[in-house]
Amino acid sequence: MLQKIYDWVDERMDITPLWRDIADHEVPEHVNPAHHFSAFVYCFGGLTFFVTVIQVLSGMFLTMYYVPDIENAWESVYYLQKEVAHGQIVRGMHHWGASLVIVMLFLHTLRVFFQGAYKKPRELNWIVGVLLFFVMLGLGFTGYLLPWDNKAYFATQVGLEIAAATPFIGEDLRTLLAGDPSIVGAQTLTRFFAIHVFFLPAALFGLMAAHFIMIRKQGISGPL
Amino acid sequence: MSDKKQVSRRQFLNYTLTGVGGFMAAGMLAPMVRFAIDPVLKPSAAGEFAAVVEESEITNEPQRFNWKVDQKDGWYESEVEKNAWVYKDENGEIVALSPICTHLGCTVDWNSQEQFPDEFYCPCHGGRYTKDGVNVPNTPPTAPLPVYEHKVEEGMLYLGQAISRGSGI
Ligand code: HEM
Ligand code: FES
Repeated sequence: MLQKIYDWVDERMDITPLWRDIADHEVPEHVNPAHHFSAFVYCFGGLTFFVTVIQVLSGMFLTMYYVPDIENAWESVYYLQKEVAHGQIVRGMHHWGASLVIVMLFLHTLRVFFQGAYKKPRELNWIVGVLLFFVMLGLGFTGYLLPWDNKAYFATQVGLEIAAATPFIGEDLRTLLAGDPSIVGAQTLTRFFAIHVFFLPAALFGLMAAHFIMIRKQGISGPL
Repeated sequence: MSDKKQVSRRQFLNYTLTGVGGFMAAGMLAPMVRFAIDPVLKPSAAGEFAAVVEESEITNEPQRFNWKVDQKDGWYESEVEKNAWVYKDENGEIVALSPICTHLGCTVDWNSQEQFPDEFYCPCHGGRYTKDGVNVPNTPPTAPLPVYEHKVEEGMLYLGQAISRGSGI
């Protein structure tokens, strides 16, 4: 049945080369942990991607209950965690995943660094990777405010002070992030929500696409 | 077509399409960008003064006073509590210091640490300030505590905006 549907579509659109291009390529021996166990270090990039997928999915589902409003944000998080079936799990995935994704990203970066895999011709992909790292930190920073509890509030207060310490544009940068020159409040929460859920994920997807296209184009770096 | 300076049909189309496309992109983006940066460009609300405490209660020792102000945060209006460390210096001048640490924004306390008597102390990273609110060198804060604008009317102390004395770093 599935084969029939596939053949029907393939006959009209010739999709085989499309997915072959993406999926059908050899994994070199030196990156295969089944050959050399130490090759598990090559898994960290894929694991970062895996956790990112969990973040995106669990985050999308959280927005079904979450409200970015200072009167209701905390209550909505409390409700989705305590009252909604499996709420604790879905929020837990997003909550712990947010830290795990940074850990994976860091291990992946260490592997690339110590293997010198960033060298010519892969310099551009290192740069894209650094941008991805900043976007991830931004997601963590903006997401942290969303539950609107005391920890969230004061962490953001401190984060905004750090932004305000930027030479020359510090104060304006803080206002741009917080939505108000002195208040961390209603406008800060809506801004952080918009940045967390729309702006940074859009940047993330664009950068990930560039990252993966470059890997396919250049291949994985050779054995040491 | 013999004149070298003549624009080819292809070039002409490229130029016009880029121009029209750029114009359309700018037309779309300009309102959105202006929308996003509005908080930066809004004129800051002029400082209002609020009654805080009878002048007679102010001593030479910093005391912490609280008062309430109406705050407008976009569409959200609320009453928020403000506070200041207030004392009279040796010349009898009133000094009202903001308790917000200039390092990363924690709240400072007066004379709370035995090993640092008569200083403001910040519990977060051990920031210290002398009585006049000037940060002690080699502690985390990089600027003195902000000073509130103040005035005294009919024996009542009124405080306005906290004015920063030099910004961080
Ligand atoms: C890939 C990177 C992402 C990271 C690192 C991240 C990080 C975070 C963090 C740290 C929190 C606070 C969680 C808590 O304290 O429980 C949070 C909350 C939230 N995130 Fe994300 N997030 C990511 C992606 C997304 C995406 C793609 C969406 C939506 C499309 C999303 C939607 C939300 C929502 C609605 C909340 C508030 C609910 C809650 O606090 O439990 N996130 N995020
Ligand atoms: S916030 Fe006061 S010392 Fe760091």
